[in-house]
Amino acid sequence: MNAPQTGLKHAPAGGLDVERIRADFPILRLKVNGKPLVFLDNAASSQMPQPVLDRWNRYQMTQHSNIHRAVHFLSETATAEYEGARKKLAAFINAKEEREVIFTTGTTDAINLVAHGYGRKFVGPGDEIVLTTLEHHSNIVPWQMVVEEKGARIRVVPVNDRGELIFEEYLKLLGPRTRLVGVGHVSNALGTINPIREMIVAAHGKGIPVLVDGAQAAPHMKLDMQALDCDFYAFSGHKMFGPTGIGVLYGKAGWLEKMQPYKGGGDMILSVTFEKTIYNVIPGKFEAGTPPIAAAITLGAAADYITGVGMERIHAHETDLLDYATDRVNRLPGVRIIGTAEKKAAVISFVVDGVHPHDVGTLLNEEGVAVRTGHHCAQPVMTRFGIPATSRASFAFYNTHAEVDALVAGIRKVQKAFG
Amino acid sequence: MADSKQLYQEVILDHNRKPRNWGVLPDATHKAEGHNPLCGDHLTLTLKLRDEAVDAINFQGESCAICKASASMMTMAVKGRSRDGAERLFQEFRDLATGKLDAASPHHLGRLTVFAGVSDLPTRVKCAILPWHTLHAALNSVASTTTEADEDPMHAPIGGSA
Repeated sequence: MNAPQTGLKHAPAGGLDVERIRADFPILRLKVNGKPLVFLDNAASSQMPQPVLDRWNRYQMTQHSNIHRAVHFLSETATAEYEGARKKLAAFINAKEEREVIFTTGTTDAINLVAHGYGRKFVGPGDEIVLTTLEHHSNIVPWQMVVEEKGARIRVVPVNDRGELIFEEYLKLLGPRTRLVGVGHVSNALGTINPIREMIVAAHGKGIPVLVDGAQAAPHMKLDMQALDCDFYAFSGHKMFGPTGIGVLYGKAGWLEKMQPYKGGGDMILSVTFEKTIYNVIPGKFEAGTPPIAAAITLGAAADYITGVGMERIHAHETDLLDYATDRVNRLPGVRIIGTAEKKAAVISFVVDGVHPHDVGTLLNEEGVAVRTGHHCAQPVMTRFGIPATSRASFAFYNTHAEVDALVAGIRKVQKAFG
Repeated sequence: MADSKQLYQEVILDHNRKPRNWGVLPDATHKAEGHNPLCGDHLTLTLKLRDEAVDAINFQGESCAICKASASMMTMAVKGRSRDGAERLFQEFRDLATGKLDAASPHHLGRLTVFAGVSDLPTRVKCAILPWHTLHAALNSVASTTTEADEDPMHAPIGGSA
């Protein structure tokens, strides 16, 4: 095995050495429109540090081959590295067993796997899937496809004006026909951290499995599958400083073994004749075809990098950024933050009076500030708050107070142009 | 890089603040709704055609500044024009916004050329074009239109014509 690419060098005693961390991210040295890039669109996709980029190159230059196939040196190396990445990810989320980590192409793919493998097998006419108003479209649409096919229906947990799930309403929705609860750990549109542990306990009390969409949580908080006790947990590599095209579905082995495969093909079988195919055991059963080997191995390096920096330090730094940004944005007259939950990740969704978010986004880009504008693939959230769209600044551990100041100065410029 | 400073000129900001021909015509002969589901832009276009010419035209809706200013300036540009003239302007405007306008050939865009800057901002092209698609739909008695999917120049099939 290879030496870790990162270590404690990023973890000085006490807080986070942000400048040292920023030096690891080549893209942060870019200038956009003549201004230093201020990248505040991390909830959409985050950037990769040099050790992660290096891992990709090292694999491609010295280790690449197809896995689980041949007896030659490269194939054995690639297989060991790929399975090594699975082990790293299992440790990263504290899964009980490595075989509970399925590599997918991302969170969307992972949720579709559950919708197909669990939903199409265990959901029947009249059954119910409980989702929340805060869900990303990727945790809505796959379930709509299932309930349409099966004659089942979706029930939706409402949110209050702060963007928090109304827990009593959630409890009322759990019934004898509920076959699954699907909930985002952190809302991508508002940043709300949902009380998933309490939700899981309540659902399990009625024998209902829970799928957690963890795309927005994995880069920001310590994940512990055994303590959480969820049945499924999905997340993406490219939101946690890894590459696109790779993600993880964690599933309890008991469920994964009962589920039907999502895709058919090579690697997911034990034997094939034209009369009968015997499926592989997990995780192979759900990894048909040649997987994104390089991306999986690189994601392993991203998990190492995060662990090297330290999730506690990341959390402390991001909490400080959120507090600072919330305070600064709140001081701007004519700007309203959407989503003011008590427990929030470092996301600020906002609207500027009299200015459409797309105009805000285009003019901020002129200042080198990258935010996301639109409905954030969460139209039910926008509908709930009676707005078509928001501008969203989402932070990562490499962001600074100075970048918050650049955002605020940019918003002031927008207001001046439209004043 | 995109030159949005050039795009957000005073004329566009002014039409956004004070849109012309705002409202809904009670005696419209043609009407259409335009939507951009991805950004929430929405507008209602009503117009009165007399002797195959645009006698009156109004719009109303919720949208970004680019879309609203484009709609406002469009209503001014097509009022009094023949149906064919309005349709020709639609084609010219679409070419302008997607950077395909042949500068050498004569056109009828006049002040609408302030929108040339959107061709450098691919995600904003549809904001500028939505009112024109809606006009085109209204003139052809289509109840609603969108600049998403095949109507969206950014989603045109590869190798497809402009």
